[in-house]
Amino acid sequence: MKNISRSTPKVDNPDKISGRAQFVSDIQMAGMQYAKTVRSPHARANITHVKTPRLPEGYVIVDHHDIPVHNHVKMIVDDWPVFAKDEVNHIGEPIMLVAGPDKIEIEKIIKQIEITYEPLEPVFDHVNSVVQKAFHKGDTDKAFASADRVIAYTYETGLQEQAYIEPQGFIGYLEGDTKITLVGSIQCPYYVKNALLNMLGCNDDEVRVIQAPVGGAFGGKEEFPSLMACQLALAVKKLRKPIKLIYEREEDMLVTTKRHPSVITLEAALDKHHNILAVRAHVGLDGGAFIGLSPVVLSRSMLALLGVYNIPNLEVHGDVYITNTPPNGAFRGFGAPQMIFASEMFMHHIAKTLDIDPFAFRMKHLAKQGDQTSTGGTFRDPIIMLDMIEKATTISEYHQKVKDYEHPDVYKGIGMSWFFHGCGFTGSGESTHINAKVKLEKDENDHVYVLVAAVDMGQGAKTTLKKIVVETLDVPYDQVTFDNPDTDVVPDSGPTVASRTIMIVGGLLARAAKTLKDTWVANQPMTIIEQYKQPTYIAWDEDTMQGDAYPAYSWGVNIVEVEVDPITYQVDVKHIWSVYDLGKAIDERIVLGQADGGIAQGVAYGYLEVMCHEEGRIKHKNMTDYIIPTSVDMAPTETHLFDNPYAFGPFGAKGFGELTLVGGAPAVAMAIEHAIGRRIHKIPATPESIMELINHGKA
Amino acid sequence: MAKLEFKLNGTPVTLDIDPSLRLLDVLRNHFQLTGSKEGCGEGECGACSVLLDGHTVNSCCLPIANIQRREVVTIEGYATSERFKVLEEAMSHEGGSQCGICTPGMMIAAESLLNKNPHPTETEIRIGLSGNLCRCTGYNMIIKAVQRAAKKGEGLW
Repeated sequence: MKNISRSTPKVDNPDKISGRAQFVSDIQMAGMQYAKTVRSPHARANITHVKTPRLPEGYVIVDHHDIPVHNHVKMIVDDWPVFAKDEVNHIGEPIMLVAGPDKIEIEKIIKQIEITYEPLEPVFDHVNSVVQKAFHKGDTDKAFASADRVIAYTYETGLQEQAYIEPQGFIGYLEGDTKITLVGSIQCPYYVKNALLNMLGCNDDEVRVIQAPVGGAFGGKEEFPSLMACQLALAVKKLRKPIKLIYEREEDMLVTTKRHPSVITLEAALDKHHNILAVRAHVGLDGGAFIGLSPVVLSRSMLALLGVYNIPNLEVHGDVYITNTPPNGAFRGFGAPQMIFASEMFMHHIAKTLDIDPFAFRMKHLAKQGDQTSTGGTFRDPIIMLDMIEKATTISEYHQKVKDYEHPDVYKGIGMSWFFHGCGFTGSGESTHINAKVKLEKDENDHVYVLVAAVDMGQGAKTTLKKIVVETLDVPYDQVTFDNPDTDVVPDSGPTVASRTIMIVGGLLARAAKTLKDTWVANQPMTIIEQYKQPTYIAWDEDTMQGDAYPAYSWGVNIVEVEVDPITYQVDVKHIWSVYDLGKAIDERIVLGQADGGIAQGVAYGYLEVMCHEEGRIKHKNMTDYIIPTSVDMAPTETHLFDNPYAFGPFGAKGFGELTLVGGAPAVAMAIEHAIGRRIHKIPATPESIMELINHGKA
Repeated sequence: MAKLEFKLNGTPVTLDIDPSLRLLDVLRNHFQLTGSKEGCGEGECGACSVLLDGHTVNSCCLPIANIQRREVVTIEGYATSERFKVLEEAMSHEGGSQCGICTPGMMIAAESLLNKNPHPTETEIRIGLSGNLCRCTGYNMIIKAVQRAAKKGEGLW
């Protein structure tokens, strides 16, 4: 049988490499108009008066008055307004959109708009909890009562910006009299469509959403585009002309969602043989001004306690705090990077505190097949971490380097992280919220069309999903077409998030293709629809957070080697080694590319990427202030993939996109810790913080 | 308004235009050459890279007045060359393009690098591409693509 992992040409390469691909800002339409958002300069204030100027011919202003039904962006909770009405809750909160033919004239109009505010005391501390979650495993109180020793530490992580190179953007236009069509750089066509239907209260066929090529997303184009789309749709309705709304970099960085900063406190009860009996944890996430997707981010963060280690008793509490800062949201990893950082550092620090070998301590707690997950579910599938760890430590000469770099004058270090990522939506989300549907259509010439809402945002979905269909049907590549999703054409196969695209959407496509092949009648149009069914063995209780939180897990090992400059404390990442179990790679080259890009973001999260607020204003507002790795910062990588086929995944594949990010920060932080001989409890570990640690930190 | 003469992708052009306009906007709006992208608008990301007399420049930071009687090559012009074909094959082969928004600029930067240094070391490639940000790939596959192109296109640069 052919090996599916063997790489095929990436279908979008010719257009993208030559610059022919038309991203949303490249699209031109006759009579195109432009728009710009009017935003709050205050972190928290009441709006007491609004005065708009007399508008020149051809210009419109839209605000909350123009919203036909609901003034909120449809998500989990109805708390995120499309346009501020009586109050503003973060700097940059949208109040109006001004649209018209000339960008400079729009700026002039915005300058003439007078909004009077009554400033209120903003809240930036973690005091207003709006979401509380908790779960238990075993009997933590009893375990703590019998403990020989209790060790507790607190870990902190900062904001992280997705920094997709293509800023957020949409074009909106009318088809006929009433139908609003939006073309955008988006991950989730149906999130956008449903948000529009909810706000407009119109018929399903009066809204259409089309995905343009997406110039990077990483979660940043999961929920935020729904807000922009709602605002633009109102302007299109009022102006009745096509409008292009593209954020400039600074606007994008000041107002769009980012990774939640976290404070995680972990407390372990140990027996006299250095076994962890129980862990108590508290996870605090800064949600920003509105709740948005924060409850689900919090869930994923809590569920990842205590990483890949099997702890018999757990007690976890979590809060999302509302602050007067821009809302935080989806970013590759979705809460897991925070918890994996805290868990990995905690295991290392416990061993250091006990003065025992961290590697042996971690090994003896590593989860095995059949062990219980943090929520009392079961790790059903084989866990091959021992082989993966062996591979990673061998190729990197890890154990030797741990010894060699112990000397304080060497300023070199090596760090290793072990981690997993739950594939697909948390809990019963796939069956209760998404209920994905895919469609294959065959025309009378036997040409097959892949109809799904999955978006290629660089991760190669157009190539890999097509490949699953082609290989299952066993037909030539040019007999199958997969165009960018258009909600008038494709069914709702769910959002392009949560490392679900290959495993869930690809799995459904493989089944649909199998049915098509089995029932194939030549030269006759055929349609096959396949809908998600939860595997019967997966049981999850959302209220108590008990059961199988995910149908499957992908696993990883990252090793990072660094050198720290003894004068400037600048960190130089020298080499990165990774070993992954993703079930089965659908396309090896694409997977290795995901691995390279994910670890770059993960490692940079740990030592390089700094973003913070001052009085509610984001200080790192462009690519000059916010540093992402360049080709010089990024180290050579060596990645190995282990096959461990998952019975319910297409060709055995599990999720992968996010896995590649979650282990980077703890691996680099441990490497820096090793190099400087001081413990790291907070990321990013910048030169300033390293200097502070060297002067005052704990060994 | 000012009268400007320059060569664009090998063809002489004359424009009567506001000389303070950014080269990027003129390329995209006036000539519909949308292969040069705006990622940051301040010369940090390199997505707008074009060749000016053979050197990489950020077209978002360059007033059109500065190109009087000079030669501009965009990705559209470069894409017709033999060198492009070699580099394109190498990028595809190594997996150097993911979302594709940085790719045209990256191709221009790679061309400029190979033009100056046909046999660059890995470090020289890293330095040569360091003005072009990519958030998808972590750069290693792009670096391998430049190495492959240098080898496969021996004699072209």
